[in-house]
Amino acid sequence: MISDVVVIGAGPAGLSAAVAAAEAGASVVVIDENPRPGGKLLGQLHEEPGTGWWIGAEISKSLAKRAEEAGVRILSNRQVWNLSPKWEVALDNGESVCGEYAVVATGAAERPLPIPGWSLPGVMAIGAAQTLTNYYRVRPGDRVAVVGMDPLSLTVAHELSMAGADVVGIYLPSKSVFAGSQADPDRNLEYLAGMSDLAPNALLRWGGRLASNRALRNLALTFFPTSGIPLMGTKLNLRKSIVSIGGDERVQHVEIATIDKHGNPGKTRTVDVDCVCISGGLYPVQELTRDCELVRIDQLGGTVPLYSPEMETSQSNLFVAGNVTGIEGAKIAMAQGTLAGTAIASRLGRIQGKDAVDQAAEAVRSARKSSAITFMPDIDEGRRIAEDLWLQLEREKSMTQKDESYA
Amino acid sequence: MKRISEHPVLGPLEEEEIGFEFDGQSYRGIKGDSIAAALLANGVRTLRYSNRDGEPRGIYCGIGHCYECRMTVNGVQSVRACITQACDGDVLESQGENRREGSNDF
Ligand SMILES: Cc1cc2nc3c(=O)[nH]c(=O)nc-3n(C[C@H](O)[C@H](O)[C@H](O)COP(=O)(O)OP(=O)(O)OC[C@H]3O[C@@H](n4cnc5c(N)ncnc54)[C@H](O)[C@@H]3O)c2cc1C
Ligand code: FES
Repeated sequence: MISDVVVIGAGPAGLSAAVAAAEAGASVVVIDENPRPGGKLLGQLHEEPGTGWWIGAEISKSLAKRAEEAGVRILSNRQVWNLSPKWEVALDNGESVCGEYAVVATGAAERPLPIPGWSLPGVMAIGAAQTLTNYYRVRPGDRVAVVGMDPLSLTVAHELSMAGADVVGIYLPSKSVFAGSQADPDRNLEYLAGMSDLAPNALLRWGGRLASNRALRNLALTFFPTSGIPLMGTKLNLRKSIVSIGGDERVQHVEIATIDKHGNPGKTRTVDVDCVCISGGLYPVQELTRDCELVRIDQLGGTVPLYSPEMETSQSNLFVAGNVTGIEGAKIAMAQGTLAGTAIASRLGRIQGKDAVDQAAEAVRSARKSSAITFMPDIDEGRRIAEDLWLQLEREKSMTQKDESYA
Repeated sequence: MKRISEHPVLGPLEEEEIGFEFDGQSYRGIKGDSIAAALLANGVRTLRYSNRDGEPRGIYCGIGHCYECRMTVNGVQSVRACITQACDGDVLESQGENRREGSNDF
């Protein structure tokens, strides 16, 4: 199969790239290993400032419909195994799809956070709980403990209680090599501080306000009630961590320790639960860009490909969009996808002039400004580092070109 | 059992039912369910048993990365239950040591 553009990943970024390119007249194929398009958008559900509820399942459906109306072919249930230059995409069924341009929009995944007992049925990643609850409408448990304190875990805790689950508490992971600073109460308060006033639910807003003031933060840690702070049907526990998960054949209880303000455990207690949701943080899924210039930038969530202001990587005609470039919200992923698709359409000669590309680039900037959730507290700094490294790469490239022309 | 039929924000549930079999027992699901979601809605958490010790395993990542949910679907081994849609008439089997015929964990 040959087309102008092959997009890998039917999340908000990939679908938006496909729509932009196809609506300009390019032929586009999108590949995703899930049974339906939408990516992580499918499970999302939160209140957006000014615009009401963000129901990911519905937005996914309308994006996919728009893509199909523009002539995009969406291949679902197909895993991409390899991507090779100019651009051939190898699928798990032995077939391949070729395109003059490729867009890698493989999104984000969750870091595992091992806790003793975590292999028991009933322990799951917070994202699995999110999709089960909001998309499949199946409650992952009736009494749920959430581990890890970050914008995603707070959002999902709220979603779980809206769906009728009893969220017994949000706890820190216990100190371990895996948990790192995630087990440190002060680091967590600082993290909460990074969340803007626009935060989508009261849990987030409360956390943000409390933690934004350094003096308050110190006070809050010292006096944070060891019983946690009750909030929207659950408890935020900065002074409690999960020591282990137990049960016969499935989760039946967790062991919770009271910790001091540095995260060191003291007394423990057993709490009955039938589900534990672990939030270990998100990272960009970038295996398919391995031949591009890559750089590890922790502020963006991990290793990411470097890319131009039009989303092109160091490999010509290979573009990226969405969380593969760093962990951000769905609206930003969509704007990045639109930019990549528009830039490709322009390169294909389907769009005249630079206006459309400039507008799409501006839309990414404004999506960032109005973003409701910030997943990585220092994301702006991460972006700046990535942009600088790209410019450096460009300079080096033009130097070698000059050298070669003199030779 | 664990199905969220009432939700303050989301609309009504899809009502079209499907029927399938897992380790010899019959279950009902809703059209569009993933296999893992349909089983969990029936209270089934254990999807396979670990090869080494025969310990029960269930859904973990939910996005096809960890392979904890792999099972045999209509004779095909190691299919990921979290990203595979349940279809009417499916015959599903758990894999691994200790597999117990008809076992479930209500
Ligand atoms: C668990 C989780 C929860 C999140 N919750 C929220 C939230 O509530 N609000 C919010 O704004 N943001 C949330 N995010 C951030 C989220 O990543 C972005 O909102 C957005 O979905 C990113 O879009 P994307 O298109 O870049 O990637 P994704 O939405 O991740 O889509 C990528 C797609 O690529 C597919 N894919 C990847 N590799 C392959 C391959 N090799 N072969 C075939 N297909 C492949 C995947 O199956 C997936 O469908 C969440 C992220 C995660 C991981
Ligand atoms: S739960 Fe991880 S692959 Fe299915």
